[in-house]
Amino acid sequence: MTADSSAFGVSYIQCQVCSLVMTISDQVRDSRLECSRCGAFVHRRKPNSLVRTWAFLLAAVIFYIPANLYPIMQVTTFGYRQSDTILSGVRYFILDGMWPLALIVFVASVVVPVVKIGLLSTLVVSVQRQSQWSPRDRVRLYRLVEVVGRWSLVDIYVVTILIALVHLGSLAMIEVEQGALFFGAVVVSTLLAAQSFDPRLIWDQIEDDHE
Amino acid sequence: MALIGCHYCDGVVEEPRVPDGGSAVCVRCGRRLFRRSQQTVEVTLALTVSAAILLVVANAYPFLSFEMQGLRSQTTLASGVVALWEQGQYIVSALVFLTTMLAPASQIILLLYVLAPIYFDLPRPGAALAFRWVQRFQPWSMMEVFLIGIFVALVKLADMADIMPGLALWAFVLLIPSLAGALAFLDAESVWRKIEGSR
Repeated sequence: MTADSSAFGVSYIQCQVCSLVMTISDQVRDSRLECSRCGAFVHRRKPNSLVRTWAFLLAAVIFYIPANLYPIMQVTTFGYRQSDTILSGVRYFILDGMWPLALIVFVASVVVPVVKIGLLSTLVVSVQRQSQWSPRDRVRLYRLVEVVGRWSLVDIYVVTILIALVHLGSLAMIEVEQGALFFGAVVVSTLLAAQSFDPRLIWDQIEDDHE
Repeated sequence: MALIGCHYCDGVVEEPRVPDGGSAVCVRCGRRLFRRSQQTVEVTLALTVSAAILLVVANAYPFLSFEMQGLRSQTTLASGVVALWEQGQYIVSALVFLTTMLAPASQIILLLYVLAPIYFDLPRPGAALAFRWVQRFQPWSMMEVFLIGIFVALVKLADMADIMPGLALWAFVLLIPSLAGALAFLDAESVWRKIEGSR
């Protein structure tokens, strides 16, 4: 059923926005094309996919360090002041016996970004090394990155809600700190890295469809 | 027969016959190609209208109130974004605004703009551009993540003060499945064909 994508000097090109499949002749293969249905630019593969994915991944790794070292918020209660990093926030939950919350924040803020950077790097390397490793499994991993990645913004939202609620002067006050900016940068970088990666590249080195 | 392509592996197949409510799966990589829904315009439009009403309620009424030693503060959905901005965190403020307010609200408004004229059989200028943006906003729409953030924040404050959920919070809780349902029932291919057919 799968059509050969380069048969008879004609190839198929699919719009990544509206999914329309068009046939184009090989002469115009690499020129700038617009989708006839939705008007978006159409590319056979996302432009500079691997380089852009690497760039965003590198940015994410760099931002990850200050994101964990700097405090993300400062809590003042009854004149007593305390700064919290992401990890000290998790520790606070554990000391208070709130294991489920500690787990949510730890997984979303610490584990998810690392797993995401690791998986995407693995996928990019596998494409660059022209790996024959099961493309179905690799697409599944990519889907996992797409689905799970968004959850790492949880801690930013927690801080947002806390600073909106707790502003009672010297009695109780919560303020945002610099770590939040770096943490936000980690999340955005990994989201952009995932969007830059083109899963179709995984299939380009696979000669046969029948596994 | 129209051709259908897979976003994940670029495999191209002739569009299979799919019964109402069924899905087509890519033979090559196993990802879902599309979900066929005969009533897509009606169902998605109905859910989007309810999402639009809930969106207004979620923004107009108090979200949470916080009481400690007789002092009280009240928030709306936008308060967090404003507080981040006032504390000089402009980029974080913009990120929270985009993911919890701008992206979901735009998706709802654009879906109404595309689907209502199709349902009432009216002219639909700019529908293609509007529908493209519904998809473009998708990865940035994170209301469900925000909801988890609310719960974590509430538990964190629970032993420190009294917190009362407002009407807007309940509207927000209902808004999430409404918009998620609208998008789940959206058969983008059929809508694109209707947009295309009108030109």
